[in-house]
Amino acid sequence: MTVAQDLSAAGLTGNEESQAARVAREAERRDARKRWLLLLPSVIIILAAAIGPLFVMVVISFLTKGSYGWAYMPWSTDGWFSVLWEIDIFDDTVSLADAHLAVFWRSLKLSIITTGLTLLLGLPTAYFIATRPERHRDIWLFLITIPFWTNQLIRTFAVQELLRADGVFNNIMLVLRFDKIFAALGIPVQLPVQMLFTDFAIGFGMTYVFLPLMVLPIYASIEKLDFRLVEAGYDLYANKWRVFWRVILPLIKPGVIAGSILVFIPSLGAYVIPRVLGGGKNLMIGNLIELQFGQGRNWPLGAALAITLMVAVMIALLFYVRNAGGAKGGAHG
Amino acid sequence: MAEATLRDVASTASHRPDAVASAGKPFSVKHMPGFILVACIVFVLLYMPVILLVVFSFNEGESLAVWKGLSLKWYMAAAANDDIQEASLRSLFIAIIAAALSTTAATMAAIATTRVKPFRGMMPAYGLINMPLMVPEIVTAVALLITFAWVKEATQYFGIGYILAAHTAFCIPFAYLPIRARLESMDLTLERAAADLYATPWQAFRRVTLPLLWPGIMAGMMLAFVISLDDVVITEFVKSAGQETLPTYMLGQLRRSVTPEINAIATVFFILSVAMVTLFYFLNRRK
Repeated sequence: MTVAQDLSAAGLTGNEESQAARVAREAERRDARKRWLLLLPSVIIILAAAIGPLFVMVVISFLTKGSYGWAYMPWSTDGWFSVLWEIDIFDDTVSLADAHLAVFWRSLKLSIITTGLTLLLGLPTAYFIATRPERHRDIWLFLITIPFWTNQLIRTFAVQELLRADGVFNNIMLVLRFDKIFAALGIPVQLPVQMLFTDFAIGFGMTYVFLPLMVLPIYASIEKLDFRLVEAGYDLYANKWRVFWRVILPLIKPGVIAGSILVFIPSLGAYVIPRVLGGGKNLMIGNLIELQFGQGRNWPLGAALAITLMVAVMIALLFYVRNAGGAKGGAHG
Repeated sequence: MAEATLRDVASTASHRPDAVASAGKPFSVKHMPGFILVACIVFVLLYMPVILLVVFSFNEGESLAVWKGLSLKWYMAAAANDDIQEASLRSLFIAIIAAALSTTAATMAAIATTRVKPFRGMMPAYGLINMPLMVPEIVTAVALLITFAWVKEATQYFGIGYILAAHTAFCIPFAYLPIRARLESMDLTLERAAADLYATPWQAFRRVTLPLLWPGIMAGMMLAFVISLDDVVITEFVKSAGQETLPTYMLGQLRRSVTPEINAIATVFFILSVAMVTLFYFLNRRK
C-alpha cells in the first residue's frame, strides 16, 4: 500500500520517473533481502556440512602427512606428487605409481563397461515403456524407480547372493550342465565359477544398481519422440535397423547422453559396490581414497585423490551440460 | 505416408486407438525387434535378486542358497539382537530429525527462489543448494571426515550432531526438488487475492500458500527420510565410535559370516522404503 501512496506522491512532484524508479528499486531490494533470509538456513547448512569441507580438503592436500594420519604444516606437494608417482625407499628413484595407475584404469574401464551395458539394456527398456499405452506407462516407470529408491547396500548385497559360489548363477549353470559345455568348448573353467570378488562382479553390480539412471532420461526422450518421423522413414523404404540408426537414435541422443553421464559419474565414484563385490583387493578410486584414511594414513594423498575424482566428475558434468542441457537429473552415488 | 498411415490405422483399429506394438504380424511403426525381449530380461534381472533376498530371509536353515523350510527364526533373531535394535532406533532418529530440518530449510529456500525475477545472488545460491547432488558421495564423506576430525579435536564434542548435520545437508537438495516443482506449478493469483482481501503476508502464507504447497512438502520430506535412512558412505566416515546406523551395521556384518539375519533386516528395510516410495508416488500423482 505504501508503494502506491509513494507513487502517487511522486506523480505530484513532477519528476515521477526517477522517484517511482527509486521506490520500486527500494521495494525490490527489500524483497531480495527477505528472500536471502529465507535462503540462509539452507546455505549455511550446506556450506558447513557438505561444500565447505571440500575447501578444507583442498588445503589438507597441500600439507605434510602425519605418521598416524592427520596432516600438518609445512606446506608440501607430496600428496599430489604421489597420486601418479612414487619414490623408491632405497635409491630415491622416481617411477610411476603402478598400483595407483592400475586402480585408475580399473575405475575407468569398469565405468565405461557399465555405461555401455546399461545403455544396451536400458535403451530397449525405455523404448518398451514409452511405447506402452499411456495408462500403463506410469506402472512400468514405477517398477523401474522402486529399485532406484531402495537401499544401494541392500541391492549390492542381493547381487552378492546371486554370484556366490553356492549362489543362484552357479546353481543354474550346474543344473544346465555348463561344465560339459565348457569342456566341449575347451574353456578351462571349473564349476562353481569364482565370480565374486572379481572385476566382473563389480561391473555386474554397478550395471544392476545404476540401470534405472539410464532408463529414466532415455524414456523422457522417447516419450517426446514424434513417431510420424519414424513413419516417414518407413515410407522412404528404410528397414527397421536403418530407421533406428538414422531416425530414432539421432532424435533421442540428448536422453542417451544424459543417461550415460548419469551412470558414468556414480560408477566412477563407486565405493560400496567395489567394497562388497570386489572383496578388498579389486579397488576402485573410491576405495583407494578410503585406504589413505585407514591403513594408509596418508591424508594429503587421500585428499589429492578425492579432488582428482571430483575434477573428473565435474568434467563429465560439463560435457553433460553442453550436450544435453535442459534435461533434468541428479547423481547421488 | 498415406499407405503407412492406413496400415497403422488398420493394425491398431481393432484395439484402443492408443494401442501399439503388438509384436505380432501386422506392421507397427513403433515396434522394434528384440526390444521387448531385452525389456523382459531387464525387469526379471531387476527384481530377481531382491525377491531372492526376501525369500531367503524366511529360510529355516542357515544357508543363503539351500532352502530348508519356512520360518520367522531370523526375524526373531534380528529383533532380539541388541546391536540391531540400537542401530535401527538410531537410524530412525537421524532420518526423522534430518528429514524435518532439511525439509524446513528446503521449503524456505524454495519459496525464496521461485516465482521471482532473478535477484542478485539467487543463481549462486541455487547452484549451491543443488551442488551436493553433483559431488561424488565418497568425496563429500572424506572431506567431512577431515573437517569433523578437526572440529571434534577442538571442541571435544563427539555426539550424534555431526551425523545429523551431514544428513541434513545432503537431504536438502532432495527435499528442495519436489517442493520447488510444486511451487512453480502454482501461480500468484490466489496469494494476490488474499492480499486484496487484507490478509497480512503471514496470513496469506499460512492460509493460502502452505495448504497448496503441502503435498510438495510431504513428498520432499519422505524423499529426504528415505535418502537419510539409506545412506551408508557419508555416515560410515562421519560417525564416532559406537554410532552405528542400520546400513553401517550391515556393511560391517557383510565382512564377517553372513546369515539370513541380514536378509531379515534388509527385507524390513526394503519394505519400508517401498512403502515410502509408493506413498511419494501417489502424492506426486495427484498434482
